[in-house]
Amino acid sequence: MADKKDPRLREWEEQELAASLARCPERRQRFTCAGGREVERLALPDEPDDRYCEDLGFPGRFPFTRGVRPTMYRGRLWTMRQYAGFSTARASNERYRYLLDQGQTGLSVAFDLPTQIGYDSDDPMALGEVGKVGVAIDTLADMEILFNRIPLEKISTSMTINSPAMILLAMYVAVAEKQGVAAEQLRGTIQNDVLKEYVARGTYIFPPRPSLRLITDIFRWCADHTPLFNTISISGYHIREAGSTAAQEVAFTLANGITYVQAALDAGLSLDTFAPRLAFFFSAHSNLLEEVAKFRAARRLWARIMKERFGATRPSSMMLRFHTQTAGSTLTAQQVDNNIVRVTIQALAAVLGGTQSLHTNSRDEALGLPTEESVRTALRSQQIIAHESGVADTVDPLGGSWYIEHLTDAIESESAELIRQVDEAGGVIACIENGFITSQIEEASYRFQQEVEQGERIIVGVNRFQVDEDMRVPVLKIDPAVEDEQVRRLHQVKAERDRMQAETALSELEAAARSGKNLMEPVLAAVRCYCTLGEICGILRRVFGEYRD
Amino acid sequence: MEERYRILIGKPGLDGHDRGAKFIARALRDAGFEVIYTGIRRTVDEIAAAAIQEDVAAVGLSSMSGAHMRLFPAVVNALARAGGGDIPVLGGGIIPEEDIPALQEAGIRAIFTPGTPIDTIIDAFRQACRQHRQQEAG
Amino acid sequence: MQPDALVRGLHRGDARSVARAITLVEEGTDQGMAILEKLDRERIDRALVVGMTGPPGAGKSTLSAQLIAQLRDRDLRVGIVAVDPSSPISGGAILGDRIRMMRHALDPKVAVRSMATRGRLGGLCSAAGAAVRIMAASGCRVILLETVGIGQSEMDIVALADITVMVLAPGFGDDIQAMKAGILEVADLLVINKADQPGARRLHLDLAAACRDGDKGGQKILETVASEGQGVDELLDRIFLLEEELRQGPGMRARRARSFELETLDQALELLREPLRRRIRDMEGGNRDPRRLAREIVDRLVGRKPGSTAAGGKHGR
Repeated sequence: MADKKDPRLREWEEQELAASLARCPERRQRFTCAGGREVERLALPDEPDDRYCEDLGFPGRFPFTRGVRPTMYRGRLWTMRQYAGFSTARASNERYRYLLDQGQTGLSVAFDLPTQIGYDSDDPMALGEVGKVGVAIDTLADMEILFNRIPLEKISTSMTINSPAMILLAMYVAVAEKQGVAAEQLRGTIQNDVLKEYVARGTYIFPPRPSLRLITDIFRWCADHTPLFNTISISGYHIREAGSTAAQEVAFTLANGITYVQAALDAGLSLDTFAPRLAFFFSAHSNLLEEVAKFRAARRLWARIMKERFGATRPSSMMLRFHTQTAGSTLTAQQVDNNIVRVTIQALAAVLGGTQSLHTNSRDEALGLPTEESVRTALRSQQIIAHESGVADTVDPLGGSWYIEHLTDAIESESAELIRQVDEAGGVIACIENGFITSQIEEASYRFQQEVEQGERIIVGVNRFQVDEDMRVPVLKIDPAVEDEQVRRLHQVKAERDRMQAETALSELEAAARSGKNLMEPVLAAVRCYCTLGEICGILRRVFGEYRD
Repeated sequence: MEERYRILIGKPGLDGHDRGAKFIARALRDAGFEVIYTGIRRTVDEIAAAAIQEDVAAVGLSSMSGAHMRLFPAVVNALARAGGGDIPVLGGGIIPEEDIPALQEAGIRAIFTPGTPIDTIIDAFRQACRQHRQQEAG
Repeated sequence: MQPDALVRGLHRGDARSVARAITLVEEGTDQGMAILEKLDRERIDRALVVGMTGPPGAGKSTLSAQLIAQLRDRDLRVGIVAVDPSSPISGGAILGDRIRMMRHALDPKVAVRSMATRGRLGGLCSAAGAAVRIMAASGCRVILLETVGIGQSEMDIVALADITVMVLAPGFGDDIQAMKAGILEVADLLVINKADQPGARRLHLDLAAACRDGDKGGQKILETVASEGQGVDELLDRIFLLEEELRQGPGMRARRARSFELETLDQALELLREPLRRRIRDMEGGNRDPRRLAREIVDRLVGRKPGSTAAGGKHGR
């Protein structure tokens, strides 16, 4: 049988697969089911035809439909990365060290709304919001506490921060400096995806064009200084959470990606320098089969876009690597234990869809921030899938299913059409301004919700199979005194820092912002002398203006 | 004269998740209300001022970020300060059951926790508007 | 609040009084009527009503937001009446213009009212004229009138506004032919927004040709880039210039007289609707032709002997 092997298969084995095995051997010599039957690495049709090679191909090879790595989870499991962060940097630090001890492999930082929108904790706009949905970071001092005793050279950190991403990244680099860790060693991601903020999430600060400039400044600086850091996580998760369909999630995310790529090219960066570091972030919703098809369609579509539209040549420039979070909006406040089942199905979809990293929601997240116990269960769900279910032992197991392949084709085609419409209307920024994207999402959201309200779409425990229940699930409450403590510490840092230095750094930042220089170094200088996030954003607001709906 | 009520739906504070608020706005429209939707990131004073300018019969607030305990009562107070203390305020979003008594004490007429059927919400608004209209006539 | 207290309040510029007064009129109450009769006529005469019309997507909202900012910079009190369509099915409406007005929410010198058409065809609602007058009485120097901009709404605005501004943008060139030619002539100013985009020059030429206004055509067309604030100052200057011309001559008075007649006619027809409906139902037409029945009903209404009308009957004497 080996002699009659398809030459393309053999080529893949000798090139991509061999290289991958050399770099990262598989987790086991043999993968077996209980009872000893060997699990094959990649199930294939007996005679892969042209169509197969063009549309499906092999994992780790264009168009990456079946996965971005030849061995996928046989070589390395996805990163189990739980989003966390609340109240103070100290409390967050404790939760991080707890999760790392429990086996989590990467950190994910959530920031509170004032931080995400560039306000200090003592700003009037921040009242009541400090530390609520994430950690409050006002100065480098808070960042130092957040990563206290966490070796940054060994850990990968994902920061969900967008408009002020440059500032938080600078703080991260500065903390590493103090730990004696060189920037080149730093691993992680900043979300840094401002385009979706305007249509789905709302934490924008500046108007679109200056925001794109900040993003390309980051691309450029990181290409030179932090080659292992992912400089953007182009997000579909929030678009889906806002109510879009699966195809819209793919379409608008990739359209945003296209915009970023074009902006970077226009800023003089070379495609193969920054494209390999682009990362994506999707939702994992409840329709398992549709989700698996969605992920595969997204990979194939992006690869084709990078190759045909932008002329990419390096394989790594065409790979869509992504993080997934299970869909928060599917969690119910009723019968919260049901959410564990939902999250499991969604996590399974993400794994069968080939995600690179995964966050699983906790069962009580519909009611507020999760308890330590619920977070642990959410993490265990991933571990059970990884070690007990067998789906991680073979690559793209649903590939070849007629239903999955038809669905993959359908989603790719629908998304491509939407992208074409966006292009025709003048691009993403034009579609933000004229409301096209927002109205698409709203329509889909409304339709879905009406279906639920009319009982056409069943949500277990909500419109069917309800029980009389006492919905008082113990939920983590944020002590309001936290805000006072944060403000107190902020004032202390401001009192103790060198005022002259801070003021000089801020005025140099302003000059650089007006002159068009790369802002990363001036921002670094400012955070090092403990300028606050609000002060830095205040300067930028002055120069760039504020975006208003 | 048929029942036609004007209401305002707003999102105070920094939270940007407006899917719920938008859905309720549309559903209320479909139930015959005239809905003034103010968008996200509004201060409590802006919401109060708009409610008064538009002479609405009720105000609906949405919060998904946990800041409702401070923000909802603040809107009630802002309305009172601006001379609109008679306008009923209703609120919804990610609000734990145990916060409801305190919110009611602070003057919020009704609270909608996640999963509340839309018909319940519409009825509550209709009730609040009807009462408000009767008060004004009397 | 009693009507007198409301009248005092609105003349003082109190937002709540203005708002309540408009509602009372919109609801068709007697109190509303009483308030209208007590409004300061001088202020109403002095105020300028500017209608903003044009197809969706041309940047009308952006432009009007800029105009408001400019007017405030010139320290003038501004009123805005923004009308959105009611759903023909539910009767409800989403009044969405408010979102971009929020930046003025705390400015006591900006009065905003969002209104729904409430089944009225055409872009405006039946109380729009009254709302404008109430805002004028409260001290607004300029009142902007805005609608969605489709269908017959342009003619509605022209009927009510002192000066009508039509906002267009490149990319709508083909639609000029499709557009009712009447509006291009009836609008006082034609603004080409997004004038920095390709096609602006072409549109300008096409408009000038379509206007057929001789040399007036040139003065009628302006260019703006509302998103950058360009051309807004000039537009406002032109509006005030036009106002002055109209006031110095008979123009303003003629327009106001026409507005008055149109609104009165409109209101009268509104009021007649229900009674006529009842009449029709009561009379149970039977085998009669609708046109015959209608004439009979109207004859009876205006006290004309039935059957006495000749061919020119419908114009009366």
